[in-house]
Amino acid sequence: MSQVKVFLKFPPARVSRPVTYHLVKDFALKINILRAEVAVNKVGELVLDIEGRDEDIEKAAAFVKGEGVEFRVIDSAVAWDRERCVHCGACTAVCPSGALAMDRAEWRLVFTPADCYACDVCLKACPVRAISPGFDGEPAAE
Amino acid sequence: MNVKSFEEINERIRKKKAVVGTAEEIIKIVDEKGPAQAAKEVDVVTTATFGPMCSSGAFLNFGHSEPPIRMAKIWLNDVSAYGGLAAVDTYIGATEPSEKKGLEYGGAHVIQDLIDGKKVRLRAWSYGTDCYPRTDIDTYIDKDSINEAYLYNPRNAYQNYAAATNTSDRTLYTYMGVLLPRVSNVTYSTSGELSPLLNDPYYRTIGLGTRIFLGGTQGYVAWHGTQHNPSRPRAENGTPLASAGTLAVVGNLKEMSSRFIRAATFEKYGVSMFVGIGIPIPVLDEEMLRFVSVRNRDLYTSVFDYSVPSRSRPALARVSYAELQSGSVKVNGRDVPTAPLSSLRVAREIAATLKGWIAEGDFELTRPVAPLPDKANVKGLEIVKGPEVVGGDAR
Repeated sequence: MSQVKVFLKFPPARVSRPVTYHLVKDFALKINILRAEVAVNKVGELVLDIEGRDEDIEKAAAFVKGEGVEFRVIDSAVAWDRERCVHCGACTAVCPSGALAMDRAEWRLVFTPADCYACDVCLKACPVRAISPGFDGEPAAE
Repeated sequence: MNVKSFEEINERIRKKKAVVGTAEEIIKIVDEKGPAQAAKEVDVVTTATFGPMCSSGAFLNFGHSEPPIRMAKIWLNDVSAYGGLAAVDTYIGATEPSEKKGLEYGGAHVIQDLIDGKKVRLRAWSYGTDCYPRTDIDTYIDKDSINEAYLYNPRNAYQNYAAATNTSDRTLYTYMGVLLPRVSNVTYSTSGELSPLLNDPYYRTIGLGTRIFLGGTQGYVAWHGTQHNPSRPRAENGTPLASAGTLAVVGNLKEMSSRFIRAATFEKYGVSMFVGIGIPIPVLDEEMLRFVSVRNRDLYTSVFDYSVPSRSRPALARVSYAELQSGSVKVNGRDVPTAPLSSLRVAREIAATLKGWIAEGDFELTRPVAPLPDKANVKGLEIVKGPEVVGGDAR
C-alpha cells in the first residue's frame, strides 16, 4: 500500500470526464480531494491524496494519462520560495499540519512537504507572499 | 566601578581593537566570565530587529520637468503619494494601498522597488500656476534618476509589544497576522533579548543622533517615535512590561537593500513594511552591562484578546519571551501554540553585520545629541462636539 499526492491537469475538452469516479471504482483507490479548480471549458486542476496498492496506482496513472489528462506525483501542493522568504514565522501561526514550522535554534522556516494538507491557509498568511499554489521540489515521478 | 566613555570606545573602534558582541553573545560571555569581567572586556553590544513596522515611509525629490510642474496629486505605480509639500517633493507612506491592486501592492512595495533599482511609474496632476505651468506628467523614475530619497519612519523599533490572540468564534485578520478562533494561536513581534530598546531600557545611550543600522546602511535616530511612552510599568530589571519607547529613524534609501527592507501584506488588514534596524550599545559601565545582558526569561509582555474591538483590549496572560519562543504559552490554563511575526533570523544577521562593521572600524558610536523623553503621557483621541461656528457651518 502507498499513499501519494498527485496533480491532475485536465484540458478544457476533458473537464467533464468523471475521472475520480473511475479511480475509486476501477482501481479501488481511497481518494481525498485536497484542491479542485474545475470549470466547464477551462483547464481543470485537481490535487488528490491517493491511497492504494502500488500496482493499482500505476494502472490508475496509465488510465488517467490515456484519458488525455496530465498525471503527476507531487511532494506538496504549495511552493515555498526560499529566496523570498524572510523566515518571520507568520505562516506557522496558521499551518494546521505542522508542515510549516520554525527551527527554534536557527529561527529558520522548515517546510516538510509530505505533511502538507494543501489547505492553502498559509498562502494568505505569508506577508511577503513567498508561498504560492504549486509544487514544492521536482515531481517525484512521471 | 569600571567606566568607559564613548570617546574611549571610539578610539578602540578606530584602532580596530574594540571588542564587540551581539546581545545574544553577551549573555554567554556573562555566564562564563561574570558581569564585572564582561563589562571590562566588552566595548559594544549590537542589538537588532526585523519586523513589520507600519509607520514607515520615504521622502523623495523628483527634480523639475521642462516646463516645470507643482505636483498636487501624485501616484507612484498607482499608489497615492503626498502632494502637500513643495513642487516636486513627496512623502510615500508604506501602508498606502495601490488604487489598482489594492492591498497586494502599496507604498512599501514602491519603496522596495526603488531600493531594488526598478523603474517606477510617476504620474502627477497640478492645477497649474504662473511659475509652474505644467498641469500633468506621466513618466518613469528610479532611484538614480531622482534627487533625494530617504526613509523617514515616524515610529519604529517599539520597545516591547503586545502578543495577540482571539477568543471569538471567527478567524481574525489583523496586523498581528491571522488569529485563529477560540484561542488557537498566539502571535508576537519582538526579537526579545536582541531587541534594541529592551537592551537600553532607560535610553541612556540611544537618543537623538544615534547612528544605527537601517535597512542595510547607516542611518540615524531622528527623534523619539510617535506614541513614545516611557511611563509604562516596568519590571525590576527596568524593561517595560508593555509597548513603551519608540524611535523615529532616517536613512538613505538609495544605499539600502531589500534584504533588510521588505514590503508586506497582512491579509485583509493592509500593507506594511519589514524594517531592519540594528543599534549598537556601548558598555559604558556595569549598569549598561546589566541592561544589555537581559534574557528572554526576564522580558515580559501580555497576551491581548484582539477580538475585542476596543483600544483597551483585555489582557489574558502575562508571558515571558522565553515562553513565547518555546513554541507555546499558557492562556486560560491551556497550552496555545505561538508564532513570531518578526524574523529573528534576519535580526541576528543584522546584529552580526553591525558587529562586523564596528569591529572593522567602519562604524563609530555616537553620543546622543539629546536624550529621548523619559516621561510621556500618550493621549487617546476623544470624540467631541465641535466648537460653535458663526453661521452654524461645521468645519
